[in-house]
Amino acid sequence: MATAVADRTDERPSPLSDTVVVRFAGDSGDGMQLTGGQFTLSTALAGNDLATFPDFPAEIRAPQGTLFGVSAFQINFGSSEINTAGDAPDVLVAMNPAALKTNVPPLKPGGLIIADEGEFNDRNLAKAKYESNPLEDGSLAKWQLLKLNISQATMDAVKPFGLGNKEALRCKNMWTLGLALWMFDRDRQPLIDWLKAKFAKAPELADANIAALNAGHAFGETAELSGPLKQHHVDPAPVAPGLYRTLTGAEAIALGLVAGAQLAHLPMFFGGYPITPASAILHHLSRLKEYDVTTFQAEDEIAAICAAIGASYGGSLGVTSSSGPGIALKGEAMGLAIMTELPLVIVNSQRGGPSTGLPTKTEQSDLYQAVYGRNGDAPMPVIAARSPGDAFDCAIEACRIATQYMTPVMLLTDGYIANAAEPWRVPDLAGYEPFPVEFLTEVPEGGFKPYGRDEKLARPWVKPGTPSLLHRIGGIEKEVDTGHLNYQPANHQAMTDLRKAKIDGIRIPDQIVELGAEGGRLAVVGWGSTFGPIHQAVRRKRAEGVDVSHIHIRHIWPLPGNLGELLKSYDKVIVPEMNTGQLKTVLRDQYLVDARPLNKVSGQPFRIAEIEAAIEEALA
Amino acid sequence: MNEMTTIAKTTLKDWESDQEVRWCPGCGDYAILKAVQRTMPETGTPPERTVFISGIGCSSRFPYYMETYGFHTIHGRAPAFATGLKLANPDLDVWIVTGDGDGLSIGGNHTMHLIRRNLDCQIMLFNNEIYGLTKGQYSPTSRVGTSSPSTPYGSVDRPAQPCAFALGAGARFVARGFDVSKELPNVLKAAHAHKGAAFIEIFQNCIVYNKDVFEDFAAPKGAEDRQLWLKQGEPMLFAKGAKGIALDNEALELKVVDVIDGDWQTAGVIVHDATNRSVAHMLVEMRFGEFPMALGVLYDDPRPTFEADVWRQNEAAAEGKTADLQSLLKKGQTWTVKEGGPDL
Repeated sequence: MATAVADRTDERPSPLSDTVVVRFAGDSGDGMQLTGGQFTLSTALAGNDLATFPDFPAEIRAPQGTLFGVSAFQINFGSSEINTAGDAPDVLVAMNPAALKTNVPPLKPGGLIIADEGEFNDRNLAKAKYESNPLEDGSLAKWQLLKLNISQATMDAVKPFGLGNKEALRCKNMWTLGLALWMFDRDRQPLIDWLKAKFAKAPELADANIAALNAGHAFGETAELSGPLKQHHVDPAPVAPGLYRTLTGAEAIALGLVAGAQLAHLPMFFGGYPITPASAILHHLSRLKEYDVTTFQAEDEIAAICAAIGASYGGSLGVTSSSGPGIALKGEAMGLAIMTELPLVIVNSQRGGPSTGLPTKTEQSDLYQAVYGRNGDAPMPVIAARSPGDAFDCAIEACRIATQYMTPVMLLTDGYIANAAEPWRVPDLAGYEPFPVEFLTEVPEGGFKPYGRDEKLARPWVKPGTPSLLHRIGGIEKEVDTGHLNYQPANHQAMTDLRKAKIDGIRIPDQIVELGAEGGRLAVVGWGSTFGPIHQAVRRKRAEGVDVSHIHIRHIWPLPGNLGELLKSYDKVIVPEMNTGQLKTVLRDQYLVDARPLNKVSGQPFRIAEIEAAIEEALA
Repeated sequence: MNEMTTIAKTTLKDWESDQEVRWCPGCGDYAILKAVQRTMPETGTPPERTVFISGIGCSSRFPYYMETYGFHTIHGRAPAFATGLKLANPDLDVWIVTGDGDGLSIGGNHTMHLIRRNLDCQIMLFNNEIYGLTKGQYSPTSRVGTSSPSTPYGSVDRPAQPCAFALGAGARFVARGFDVSKELPNVLKAAHAHKGAAFIEIFQNCIVYNKDVFEDFAAPKGAEDRQLWLKQGEPMLFAKGAKGIALDNEALELKVVDVIDGDWQTAGVIVHDATNRSVAHMLVEMRFGEFPMALGVLYDDPRPTFEADVWRQNEAAAEGKTADLQSLLKKGQTWTVKEGGPDL
């Protein structure tokens, strides 16, 4: 399906004006994430395909006006398929000097800068380490510059509502949004409705924000003829029919876990501990009690996973989630879940590492940790989501494998997927095959064996409270079948082999080629959130007639059964990753293929052009 | 539903598993195991609804020897597993078995939070003041100067006081006993009867690495002079009634007083009220030597349990809502795309 759609668009390279990249940048107190979020919604409602990239500092309230306090939100939208937040912005909205300084370099030559000149005073220029005012000194000559005193215009617009200076200036983002909505011919009404609902208890704030929004919009209408500002209509994208909404990765995982538990016919228990960027999953789930979800904010990461394992032992679907440092703390407990063969889903929203690293920036550097990061021979399935929408399906898949194979499963996502939004066609749940869990409730023929196995090598799941099936489990090596303590060499060999065979035998779909032919000159192999830039780069190159294919791996462990042969059918393989080459190493180890790395660990997603360049280089 | 639920009467034997017990011969754990197995038939809970959860250490092998459900987990984390289990199924009767290293060192954090939350369970902390399974290093409850493989010149850090720790963490039930004491089953029964986190410190003799370290108060000879067994509503008397515990009104601390001719009232001996938290704080701080060892139920004043509150809140939050996932997926602002383009 994906290939069919892709092949059609392959024939028709997208003209530039079809897609637009806008970047909103301001101080972290300026409400840029909210502005971006609302602009995203209006974009989705206009029927454009889109992808977003929120880029914010780790500090909650970084000192105002500073370079490290800049918060930005980038959105790429258009009338054709969009997979990335876009390489270079066409439009940059800069709310202060620091935002301009940190965000102007990638702006396309000839791109439009809208700057709030009201904030370009000596104090803010000094904080941004500008020696002269860039709005005046000609240093922005390669771009179109539109200087507006947004601060003053906002103050004027909200004057009738009697707000204090500080509160009045808070409406700046709405003025800016109003202008942006005019620029791209968007309906203001959904936003007005949203503001009324948000400020239901403070109608004067709702009115002030709406006035600012309308003023920004009106400014666009009246100023159109006199400067670089032009209204630009982007047609709706041709997407599959259906009901759509926008979805972030964190929402997708929360919903996917609920769906997974329902398909397994189990209550869900979620144990979490606050950590960026994984906390959002806990926040979403804690509001879904009516779906038989219990959430538990534990005293630490270890308690969070241990409580989840305890709940799985009791017959719930135990889930825990964290980011790299927290996942490291959970390692010992994962080993116990592997030893006691209990179902568990562990979500890792990866971020830049090692140690605390880059808490709000994205990276894919926990693949080794996921696949290999435990003591002993401790095999565990690993699944990686490629996008917010895909995270929904991956979460269901993780629940399926965990409950059907009695094993912990790690689901990898990352900060980019967790925070980014994309339009999502709401799936029909009836289309998902249920996988109801059958607990063992009576002594089976031949007697009860706590570590006896079914055809999938999974052991029986028995809930405490079940008469006649009393037994003990634990982390000490288990005897084959009986589960008694056993330190004998032959038994440990047998149990180690069994644990490995169970995971190796997990039934997963064969690897497909996302774009291009099976076999050929070059395969670009990715996993996780690099899907977008790889897909677009391969598409563009194929449109130029280059023989290149895109393969994107969801099942990181065990790997798809056909993957080795598939990779060997290409002359060359390159593996773009936001790490120093982790999947590349696994592929080399598993298949002895000459996979070449393409690495980026700047905390920013790949740009399409970077992958295009790597394709050119590989085929040169 | 006319189904009759009768709980079959059990005996000590019904609670013994078929597993070979592997503690050192003479270990205090044997006596505790028997005391627990003797207590269980009186709890009224059938074996299949009983779960023993342990961490790592000698004491933590306990679940293997009980004919119940059992989970031998990882070092220090038993309280966290118990929390998840009880939240998943509050009907289970959960006993946590831990030690001074497991429960107060590597797992001190979890012990604290389990007590603070007041999860309904029994926590038996076997205190032998030593790391037994790792061959005799000093533990967080070892007395200053304890010579061990890791402290050949004697330990220098001050020991933790388990009962003071528990009470400080907010415990609503604190009790003490020791391995070979005949009173231990009664203490365990009281712990079981308490709804909420019941903390029991059980002094346990490690005959290999810390032999007879509790003999100063546990030895049968002269025990009446060195043990104060607390009984609800009864005066705090010991030494066959010749001595008692009274409040020093000036220093605002406890003192030992002589009781003449059984007239404990005149001597000012305190009547034990297990719901008095202030007195409980003083009892757990009583220094042995100057005072007898306070044993039995030191404090018992229940309040609502964590899992009951969580379930209550979950039910209240779910009240009147239907779990229609398909409509949840559609929540928020949506738009429909028809064949041939969007319909706005």
